[in-house]
Amino acid sequence: MIRFENICRDFKVGDEIVHALKDVNQHIEAGEYASIMGPSGSGKSTLLNVLGLLDTPSSGRYWLNGRDVSELTDDELAATRQKFIGFVFQSFHLIQRMTALENVELPMVLAGVAPAERRDRASQMLCKTGLEDRMTHRPDQLSGGQRQRVAIARSIVMEPKILLADEPTGNLDSQSGKEVLDILEGLHAEGLTLILVTHDPVIGQRSHLHLRMTDGVIHAERRHQQRLPGDDSHAPA
Amino acid sequence: MRLLDRNQMALTAVVRYPLRSSMLLVAIAIGVAAVLVLTALGEGARLYVTSQFNSLGTHLLFVAPGKNEVGGLGGIAGSLGGSPRPFTLDDVRALGRSPYIATTTPMVMGTANINYQGLERGISVLGTTHTMKRLFDYELNSGRFLPELDLDNATPMCVIGDTIARELFGNAEPVGKWVRMGDRRVRVIGALSQGGQTGGHDLDEAVFVPIAFAMQIYDTESVQRMMVETTSAESMVKAKKDILDIIKARHFGHEDITVMDQGTILDTFNKIFLVLTSTLAGIAAISLAVAGTLIMNVMLVAVSQRTAEIGLLKALGARRGQIIGLFLTEATMLSLLGAVVGVLVGYACIELLRQVYPLIDFRAPDWAVISAVLMALASGLLFGIMPARRAADLDPVEALAGH
Repeated sequence: MIRFENICRDFKVGDEIVHALKDVNQHIEAGEYASIMGPSGSGKSTLLNVLGLLDTPSSGRYWLNGRDVSELTDDELAATRQKFIGFVFQSFHLIQRMTALENVELPMVLAGVAPAERRDRASQMLCKTGLEDRMTHRPDQLSGGQRQRVAIARSIVMEPKILLADEPTGNLDSQSGKEVLDILEGLHAEGLTLILVTHDPVIGQRSHLHLRMTDGVIHAERRHQQRLPGDDSHAPA
Repeated sequence: MRLLDRNQMALTAVVRYPLRSSMLLVAIAIGVAAVLVLTALGEGARLYVTSQFNSLGTHLLFVAPGKNEVGGLGGIAGSLGGSPRPFTLDDVRALGRSPYIATTTPMVMGTANINYQGLERGISVLGTTHTMKRLFDYELNSGRFLPELDLDNATPMCVIGDTIARELFGNAEPVGKWVRMGDRRVRVIGALSQGGQTGGHDLDEAVFVPIAFAMQIYDTESVQRMMVETTSAESMVKAKKDILDIIKARHFGHEDITVMDQGTILDTFNKIFLVLTSTLAGIAAISLAVAGTLIMNVMLVAVSQRTAEIGLLKALGARRGQIIGLFLTEATMLSLLGAVVGVLVGYACIELLRQVYPLIDFRAPDWAVISAVLMALASGLLFGIMPARRAADLDPVEALAGH
C-alpha cells in the first residue's frame, strides 16, 4: 500500500537547513494499524504530512497503492487525497458555521456528489460514529469527543483506503479519547489502513506496527500481533 | 463541485463576516451611486436645455450674419467676428415678404447703464420687435411689451426686467417714468414679471428697447441675430431656401448668412451634453476603481482569516481551481450586492434631487446604470483574482497549522 524509498524532507529555517526526514525507507501494508511515536521535532508530523500527500518530499520515491506519487502536480495530489486518504486532526478542523451533517458533506461537495446522495452518505457515517441525534448541531454545540467523531465521519465518507490521524485524542479527556480510539480501531477492523501519530504509549501499544522516530529517522520498528499488558518499553524516553 | 454549492459556500462566507462585507458594499455602492447621480445631473441639464428649446415652438429658424460652413453653434459665434456686409433692417423687411415666413424677430444686443434719480446700474440691452413676446410669451407685472412699430421707428421706450424695476423704483410703479440710458432719456412702458428666461439670458436684468433705438445707441446698421417663425413646420425647408436666396440677391451674389433650424442647434447641444455627461461618468468611475482596490484588500484579509479552512479544503481534495472559484465567487457576489445597493441609493438620491429641483428632469441614462453595474462586477472579478490565487497557492501543511 505504502512504500517510502530514501525519502528526505528538508526545510530552510533562516540560514539553516533542517532535515526533518532523513533517508526514510518504510513499507506499510494494506490493512495495517500503525502508530508513529517520538519526541517533538523528531519528524513524525512531517512523515504523516508526506504520507498524506500534503507535503512533498525533497527527494526520494513514494509509492502509494502501486503508483509513484513523487512527481504529481498539485491537482493530481488533491485528486489522490480525495480518493485514497482520510485525515483526522488533533484540533478537529471542523467549519464552525456548518452543522455536523454539512461538515461531513463537505468532501462530497468538493467532489461534486449530488445533494440527495450526499445527505444519505453523510448521515450514515454520523450514525456509524454514534452521532445520529447530533446531525444538525454546530461544532460549538458539541463536546470535544463528539467533534472528533464528526471529523472521523468526514474522513471516511469518501471511502478512503488510508486513514491518517494526527494526535486524534490529544485534545480529549481519557474517556472521549477511548471512545474515539475504539471507533478508529473499529474502522481498521473493517479493513481500513490506519496510521496515527501519538504521544500516548497506550495507543502505541495497541497498534500492530509501531514506528519510533528520532531526528528524522525511523529507528525502531516493532511488530506485535496483540497488545502486551504491562509492557511499557514503548513509553517515551 | 457544483455551481450551486460554490455559490452557497461563498454566500455563507459573505454573511459570516458582516462588518467586512458591509464595508465593501458601502465602497462599491458609493461608486455606483456616484455614477448614477452625476450622469443624472448631466442628463437632467441636457433635457432641460432641450425642453427650453422645444418650448419655443416647432418651426423656428435662427439667422445670423456671416457664413459658417461648419454649422451648428459656430454660426452664432460667426456673428461675433462681424460680417463684411451688414445684415440690415432692409434685409429683414425683404425676408418678411416671403410667403413661408410668418414673423421675423431681429435682435441687437449690448450693455448699457440705466439711471433713475441718481440710482444707476449696469444692464443688458436687447433691441428687438413686438414679435419677441409672441415667441417667448413673457408675462408682465404692469404696462405692456414693445408695441408693433415700423422697423425704423426709434422711439425711446423700454420694457424693464423685474430686478431692475425693484432696484430703481422700489415699490413705486415704473411704467410712465423716464429713465436715462447712456445719454438718452427713455420712457418705461412695461415691467416684466420675475423669473423669465430666454435661451439662457436672465430677463430680470434685461431691458427691451425697439431695435432701431438699440441700433442708434450702438451706432450699428447690422442685426446680430434673427429668429424666423415659418408659416408651418412643413415650410421650414422652403423658408430656409427663401432666406438664403433673398439675401444672396440683395448682397450681390454673396450668401453671407447662416441659417440654422432648431434640430441643428439641439444636435449640437446634445453632443456637448453627452461629452459632459460621459466625463462626469468617467470621474465617478474612478471611485469604482478605488473600490476595486478595497475589494482586493478585503479579500486578502479574508484569505488570511480563513487560512486553516483553506488548508482543510485542500486536505479534503479541493483543486486549485475550486479554491480560486470560491474566492472569486465571493468577491463577485460582494461587488454585485454593492452594485445593487448602489443603484438603489443612486435612484434614491436622484429622486431627492427631483423633489428639490422639480423644474429639471434628473434621470440616470440606461447606459450609465448598466455600465456602472458591469464595472463594479468587473472590478470585483479583476481585483479578486490576486487574493484568490494567493489562497490557492497556500501550502496545505502551513495553512492547516493556521500560518
